[in-house]
Amino acid sequence: MQQFDTPGADQPPRRNGASIVLVGSGGAGVMTAGNMLLEAAAHAGYYALMTRSSGPQIRGGEAAAMLRIATHPIDCMEDRFDVLAAVDWENVQRFNAEIPLGAASLIVGDPDQGDPPEVFLRSGAARVSLPLKKIAKSVPEGRANMVLLGTVAALLGLPDEAVAHAVERTLGKRPAALAPSLAAVAAGCAAADAIELRYLLATPPAASGPRWLLTGNEAAGYGALKGGVRFVAAYPITPATELLEWLSPALAEVGGTLVQAEDELASINMVIGGSYGGVPALTATSGPGLSLMIEALGLAVAAEIPVVVVDVMRVGPSTGIPTKSEQGDLNIALHGLHGDAPHLVLAPNSVADCLRTTQWAVQLAEALQAPAIVLSDQFLGQARAVVDRPADLEVAASRELAAAAAPGYRRYALTESGVSPMAIPGTAGVAYTADGLEHGERGSPSSQAADHFAQLDKRRRKLEAWDYGDGWADLEGDPAAPLAIVTFGSCTGPVREALARAAADGLTARLVSLRLLAPLPAARLAAALDGASRVLVIEQNHSAQLYKYLRGECDLPGKVVSLHRAGALQFHPDEIHRHLLEWSRA
Amino acid sequence: MNEAQPAVPVTPAPHALAAADYKSDIKPVWCPGCGDFGVVNALTKALAKMALEPRNVAVVSGIGCSSRIPAYLSSYGFHGVHGRALAAGTGLKIARPDLTVIVTGGDGDGYSIGGNHFLHACRRNVDMTYIVMDNRVYGMTKGQPSPTTEPDWDSKLSPEGTGLREFQPMVVALASGANFIARAFTGDPNALADVIVQAVRHPGFSFVEVLSPCVTFRPEQKEWKKIVRSDALRPTADVSRAARRMLRDTGFELGVLYAGERPAYAPRGPRATRPVADLEARFEL
Repeated sequence: MQQFDTPGADQPPRRNGASIVLVGSGGAGVMTAGNMLLEAAAHAGYYALMTRSSGPQIRGGEAAAMLRIATHPIDCMEDRFDVLAAVDWENVQRFNAEIPLGAASLIVGDPDQGDPPEVFLRSGAARVSLPLKKIAKSVPEGRANMVLLGTVAALLGLPDEAVAHAVERTLGKRPAALAPSLAAVAAGCAAADAIELRYLLATPPAASGPRWLLTGNEAAGYGALKGGVRFVAAYPITPATELLEWLSPALAEVGGTLVQAEDELASINMVIGGSYGGVPALTATSGPGLSLMIEALGLAVAAEIPVVVVDVMRVGPSTGIPTKSEQGDLNIALHGLHGDAPHLVLAPNSVADCLRTTQWAVQLAEALQAPAIVLSDQFLGQARAVVDRPADLEVAASRELAAAAAPGYRRYALTESGVSPMAIPGTAGVAYTADGLEHGERGSPSSQAADHFAQLDKRRRKLEAWDYGDGWADLEGDPAAPLAIVTFGSCTGPVREALARAAADGLTARLVSLRLLAPLPAARLAAALDGASRVLVIEQNHSAQLYKYLRGECDLPGKVVSLHRAGALQFHPDEIHRHLLEWSRA
Repeated sequence: MNEAQPAVPVTPAPHALAAADYKSDIKPVWCPGCGDFGVVNALTKALAKMALEPRNVAVVSGIGCSSRIPAYLSSYGFHGVHGRALAAGTGLKIARPDLTVIVTGGDGDGYSIGGNHFLHACRRNVDMTYIVMDNRVYGMTKGQPSPTTEPDWDSKLSPEGTGLREFQPMVVALASGANFIARAFTGDPNALADVIVQAVRHPGFSFVEVLSPCVTFRPEQKEWKKIVRSDALRPTADVSRAARRMLRDTGFELGVLYAGERPAYAPRGPRATRPVADLEARFEL
């Protein structure tokens, strides 16, 4: 659904966006070229988003760098790619489902590497041959991926200066590789003259403020630090590992520490121990790791110890598809804990929002002395995006501490707010034992029903009485429209875009993208949906987990239906748009 | 003071706290005659000897009879989930290196459900002390075999015994890298207190295995007081010698089996305390 600026009489049409996928076998350098293209687009003033896919080999498998470049902010990939450009075709057909093409698309390949796989040609896309390797050989030390970069940049009309800047930024530390790369890019650019089709980008509007280039995992890591986290313990797991690898040196710079634990059982108990010691603490994992952490999260609820778990969701159950996205951990995040264990569940809804939501989760966990689970996912976590610098979180909250020698100190005092001041080891006169055993107000173990009731109420009260402000959801669209969509997480991007397209057709709707999933702000949700006659709940899992949760927790108005689909492939705007149109006619 | 347990230099207590000052007013749930009472006595003596202020001590435990100890002390305490005490203690000590962290628990908690953490706590060598009250049985769940239970010990869950050889905590600790390894007996709280003081003062991960009889489910363990050999061991920093000694071990020789010289865990690489906002530069175009 590409929109075009009106072209001048002798000018090719300028587009507000284009999608490109670079493919090749391991070592062909398509990821490097993709990152350079992303940086070039950023430098030229565009917004951009890049996801990557690779074969199952540990090293050296076929790879695809998938990019979308646009004049406006973007939170998801396009329905189809405009350009499929290949260094070679080895095993690239594996990515077929991830690389939708159309009749207006273009396939660029090196004739010496054979024909493009039939599955791509069937799309009706135009096809051009460029002798990439031969062109590369014409440049001393030239490489085909750099030739391809030059060609694609020319097809998009990216300024030479922006591409050169990106190449220099990447190869600045390897001056020997710089000149040959720039020459190969120039040769690729010149070779594009032979291609008639163009996907020229419109000139982007001037940036209204600073832009950042980052992944959702990096954004979540930075959000954690901004929230005050100074201790992290974690076990490597795809696709959360990059979050930890970003945090490890970053923590060292700001006076914090990261420990690689022996397993996720250790991770969660280490961070609970660190937080008990007064240091805001976080761990990051994916579904299998979250499963192992669940018992200790119950301890954090009972002992009222703040802790944050970022779950970068991947396809499950079990090992599932570790490199692909799905929103299938909602149920375990909401309901996995044994006993009645109120806690926080939040979900970022864009790459940039990983920062804000994680920061907020740390603040809420600290202020409410409860565990918070942040449901990111593989798409948000690993997508690298050019975004406007995220606005600073306008709220602040922190842990309420007990003063030294507070008279008659009761760690689990039954306060009106439910929050009771927490003594930190080192504070004199208020020592207590944090306990997973049910306890009375002083913290002494108790098996009395009255203590159990009172502490259950306290732990629920503190979460329900808190004023979460406007951050609980992003409310967009026409607030009076009879049609409403409720969604969360990475589905929000394609939903936003589908709604924009529907609006162009005259179909308006209101959007509720939930950031706070538990405790569910039922009254605010009811107000946001007031007067709606149809509610569509959209999520990426096989069993409509959000839909069932909402139906169990509150009365949704009008006719309520679910659009849910399992993961591995992200929703595209078109899929949701078509659904909306059909549904609005039904 | 015998040769195996050399005198420990005692810092005068600033507030002259007595051992009793380290006890809370909560009455233990243990059976009369339980060995774990002796550990509370020894631990509080040791804390008094070291003149550590209760506010700067955190005693961390998992689940089981012996894991109830934190609530019986006046220091800070943490009574977590089954088997994860070492992980919680590790996180606490790394986040708060200024605290004295003592992890306590039993043989089931430490060697069975928490076995992996035991290996890695030894390996990681964080500066903390781990006291295991080993009674070779699960007491809280009323008498099932633990990893240190003899193979032919009959129980409802494992009639005629498990048939499995006993877990060897000392050898495992040595092989995994613990920096201080000792065995003590709860029947001699003064000697145990001395061992605890040495363990707390020794850099890195100190492991103290305490023979602590279960009078209810293993009444025959009352005889341990006749079997233990309190003068049996001298500390060595020689791993080979310690290993030979442990492999010949009867399980009743008391004292310090190994006192190594590995430096305690410390975060590696350059460290700084810059403002968080400085990190924004990493994202800026």
